[in-house]
Amino acid sequence: MKPAIELRNITKTFGNVYANRDVNLTVEKGEILSILGENGSGKTTLMNMISGIYFPDEGQIFIDGEEVVIRSPKDAFDYKIGMIHQHFKLVDVFTAAQNVILGLEDKKGFNLKEAEKKVAEIGEKYGFIVDPKKKIYEMSVSEKQTVEIIRVLYRGADILILDEPTAVLTPQEAQKLFAVLRRMRDDGKSIVIITHKLHEVLSLSDRVSVLRKGEYVGTIKTSEADENILTEMMVGKKVELNIERDEPQNPEDRLVVAGLNCKNREGIEVLKNISFTAKSGEILGIAGIAGSGQRELLESIAGLQHLENGEILYNDPKTNKTENLRDKTPMQIRDMGVRLSFVPEDRLGMGLVGNMDIVDNMMLRSYRKGKSVFLERKAPKDLAEEIIKRLDVVTPSASTPVRRLSGGNVQKILVGREISSSPTVLMAAYPVRGLDINSSYTIYNLLNEQKRRGAAVIFVGEDLDVLVELCDRIMVLCGGSVSGIVDARTTTKEEIGLMMTKKKEVQEDAN
Amino acid sequence: MIATILNKAIAQGIPLLFGSTGEILTEKSGNLNLGIPGIMYMGGSCGIIGAYLYEQMVEVPNAFWGILIPLLASLIGSTLAALIYSFLTITLRANQNVTGLALTTFGVGFGDFFGGSITKIFANGGTLSVKTTADFFKTTLPFADDLGWFGEIFLSHGFLAYVAVIIALVAAWVLNHTRVGLHLRSVGENPATADAAGINVTKYKYLATCIGGAIAGLGGLFFVMDYTGGSWTSGGFGDRGWFAIALVIFALWKPNVGILGSFVFGGLYIAYTYIDGLSRSAVAIFNMLPYVVTIIVLILTSVRNKKENQPPASLGLPYFREER
Amino acid sequence: MQTNVKHTKEPLITITSRGRDSMPMKKAWGVRAIAIILAFILCAVVIVMVTGYNPLKVYAELFKGSFGSSRKIWNMLQELSMLLCISLAVTPAFKMKFWNIGAEGQTLMGGLAAAACMIYFGEKLPPIVFFPLMLVACVVAGLVWGIVPAYFKAKFNTNETLFTLMMNYVAVQLTSFCIVFWENPKDSNTVGVINRATQSGWLPELFGQKYLLNILIVALITVGMYIYLKYSKHGYEISVVGESENTARYVGINVKKVILRTMAISGALCGIAGLLLVSGTDHTINRDIVGGMGFTAIMVSWLAKFNPVVMSLTSFLIVFLERGAGEIATKFQLNESMSDILTGIILFFIIGCEFFIQYKVNFRKKNKEENV
Repeated sequence: MKPAIELRNITKTFGNVYANRDVNLTVEKGEILSILGENGSGKTTLMNMISGIYFPDEGQIFIDGEEVVIRSPKDAFDYKIGMIHQHFKLVDVFTAAQNVILGLEDKKGFNLKEAEKKVAEIGEKYGFIVDPKKKIYEMSVSEKQTVEIIRVLYRGADILILDEPTAVLTPQEAQKLFAVLRRMRDDGKSIVIITHKLHEVLSLSDRVSVLRKGEYVGTIKTSEADENILTEMMVGKKVELNIERDEPQNPEDRLVVAGLNCKNREGIEVLKNISFTAKSGEILGIAGIAGSGQRELLESIAGLQHLENGEILYNDPKTNKTENLRDKTPMQIRDMGVRLSFVPEDRLGMGLVGNMDIVDNMMLRSYRKGKSVFLERKAPKDLAEEIIKRLDVVTPSASTPVRRLSGGNVQKILVGREISSSPTVLMAAYPVRGLDINSSYTIYNLLNEQKRRGAAVIFVGEDLDVLVELCDRIMVLCGGSVSGIVDARTTTKEEIGLMMTKKKEVQEDAN
Repeated sequence: MIATILNKAIAQGIPLLFGSTGEILTEKSGNLNLGIPGIMYMGGSCGIIGAYLYEQMVEVPNAFWGILIPLLASLIGSTLAALIYSFLTITLRANQNVTGLALTTFGVGFGDFFGGSITKIFANGGTLSVKTTADFFKTTLPFADDLGWFGEIFLSHGFLAYVAVIIALVAAWVLNHTRVGLHLRSVGENPATADAAGINVTKYKYLATCIGGAIAGLGGLFFVMDYTGGSWTSGGFGDRGWFAIALVIFALWKPNVGILGSFVFGGLYIAYTYIDGLSRSAVAIFNMLPYVVTIIVLILTSVRNKKENQPPASLGLPYFREER
Repeated sequence: MQTNVKHTKEPLITITSRGRDSMPMKKAWGVRAIAIILAFILCAVVIVMVTGYNPLKVYAELFKGSFGSSRKIWNMLQELSMLLCISLAVTPAFKMKFWNIGAEGQTLMGGLAAAACMIYFGEKLPPIVFFPLMLVACVVAGLVWGIVPAYFKAKFNTNETLFTLMMNYVAVQLTSFCIVFWENPKDSNTVGVINRATQSGWLPELFGQKYLLNILIVALITVGMYIYLKYSKHGYEISVVGESENTARYVGINVKKVILRTMAISGALCGIAGLLLVSGTDHTINRDIVGGMGFTAIMVSWLAKFNPVVMSLTSFLIVFLERGAGEIATKFQLNESMSDILTGIILFFIIGCEFFIQYKVNFRKKNKEENV
């Protein structure tokens, strides 16, 4: 039997970065294939090329043994391929059935009743629970996902690609979804799921293909795989980076976080009972799959999240007093004399204002200083000049809008500003994402410099090689809770990789 | 007496109904067209100019051409105006508010200029009056006079009044019960989703805005040909265009509700003339009512936050596909 | 290009945001200048078509409208300063991306308050008490009209464009209501010139020029607004909120407070514009006293990219056009509304040309297709 999909030597670049390089992949009919890989390993990009979102730079795609060209989602549907994205594309005020038929040009005319019936039928066939007349805004996340899946099936898809389908589901909902997927497989459909959760791979799929840093590593049968084999394929051999690392000097407990709980806007618990201590003079790494609560954790500490319960205690090195930062606004935190710096993940959307020049961006943190109603631009200007000089920022001048700078230079400006206030706590979320090697090392050096100064540095990273070499301790998050805190000098990437995907017994011991 | 009031209320409401139905279609595509007042002026003035030129051309105007020519002139004028708005906001991605206001400036100017000067340009001046043609527009249903109060309220209007109601009903039906309506609403709610579903967002926005403009323009035509009986007074149309936009909110973006709403608004517009002993100050307060009511509706819908009654989610925002 | 890529047909035109390589300032202003010139050419075509006169002669008339005599220059400056004042008033809100299209009503409310003060207190209170009182009244009136929609926006996310639009007409009707009580002579339904004999409550003439004080006040406001937006902490917060609410949150700016405060300022300045209109210019009140300037101001502010100094140029452009077109209209016995048509055409061109500044339009190169 010819494979449902075959990819040959697919390459895709964004700018001069390879997202996928020379990837080969086969999807058989009537199987569930997992695509496994860490964040940024190119899983989603690869699948987007099959579903018509992106177009490959090089390589060929075969469907049923025929070479095809897929240029749009519509082309993909014509080849009976449907993809369920992580971010649902649904119209809130429409019903399930209305969303399902959106965009279809049915020659038989418009018949919503008929469509509602068919939606219910599809639901019944595969064991979904769906009310075709329910509005999307009244639905839970898993119901919305159901609508997305039915939408693809309604169009007659034989190949379904699901991007991280369980990321938004509770374990029970995930189990239900798996049951549905198995039924579809038994019905002869091909299912591809993108994931980085090992237990899902093992319990659900027939085969698993692994990608690492945009390249194809290999495919094995799930029956022949176990967690250790898969983790090794995923993280690869250890790479020596030679990032310098000093022993922490006189570590003191600077920030003590205890029992943090936090819900997001949809009311889903994103932080579950998080406790840890950040010490002065050391770098605490935070590892985890994207969306495990890293952003919410840092935002909680920075005073940007409403907490259900928990405490954030700050020990002031000057006064030796202990302050609780919980439910304080960023302004109140600053007024308390806490020198907390935060390099957020979203540099131009949060940390900086793209349309403002470097000088004005320097002021973001400090513009309120002084009683005058007017801004004081002298100090920020000096600071801008200093950062440009010291960190080799490539820019025409200090009055250039930061939007016009390259990613690395934008990050230097942001980090430079955040460390200029001599922080006692410095939090950085993915500070080297998208940066070239040289800029990355500049950032590592800056973090180390702060560590030597005695700041408590919290570093959220995604590259395990970096985490292991740069940090002193690493806290691993999984699904919003702490799955363990390890000594970075003795741990291995495999150990962290395993902790990222499932909770370890360590957690129980720690409590 | 009551029959007369209701008759007048409906006649007052018809231009608003045209305007609001047109604007609802436009807003359903995500375009907040503040040029509607201008478009209505354009529709009215083009119609009356068409009628004037026709009366100049022939000795004895006949009903068929007398209706068709002004009608087409009006439709062309208002569609072109809506096309300017569409081109600037959709293709050139300009700010909708600024473009709409500029269009209103232009349209009101266009209407008042040509309405006031057309006789000077083509003949020796004088006021613009096309009574003969206007009478074609004012022809009422034949049995209107025989049916007592019912005939007076509902049947004694020119044909455009019925067209307005029919268009509003058709628009409501199209929006809620057809594929085109579903697609149009999805464009106004979430253009990225519509785009991903294979709907041509640009086409829908253009069509909705231009058809909406054409419908709104008929409101102007009704006003000059039927309501005022074929004469143009500078600024005579007043702020009815803005009133129509208020009606959109009042009707919660539902054209069928707009029918009733337009009669209510029309009634409020003229009610004072029929209430004895109403002082002029009370009249002013009376005229304030529609706007106050609209504001209250606007606040209540946002406080209650019921999704079905909200403005289209992407109203006023430009859409273009993420560049990859 | 490899294997199957050659099958693709590139779209005829691709549009890309300029993003990091945005157009340099000089070139951007060049594009705008070209747009204005094209618009003037089209305007000339329209005028010639309608009037049949020599376009050069028409341009001369256009020029005369603003610069024909010293009286005309003063009138032009007066209109310019009024339009500029309202444009300045709406600017802080727009910079914050708050679509306040209620300047018409906010200004009218200011004017109404001024008229009320002049009628009730103008002849009773000494100027030193009266003028501050009138100022406070006008500021409060405009402020209330501005802050009500802002409150609902901040609290319930009520659509501010529609809300402020409706507030305009409430103000108009409120004015009609007041006129009934203030009308002079009786049953004329107009207020007439307030305190004609005593000129109490009128803004004083400076050096024999009745508009000079207005113009100076607006000049002062222009400079003040420029400084406020560019050099004050408030102005900085407005920019941050307008650019990215997320960043504002990150640095601890209270977004709701900034929205309320900024709309208060917007409304208050409109109130002052109303004061200048009633007490400084017309000495009367009627429903149309603002005459659509509240709407025109939005375009003036937007065209100037919210820069108060550039705004004096854009409002000059609009006033120059309106007066010029008015002049043409009288000269050739046309209707005054001609000016609105011309203004509209020019606005369309300027609005449209921004696209070519922000985006790059690439046409497909023909030869690419041929190597299939």
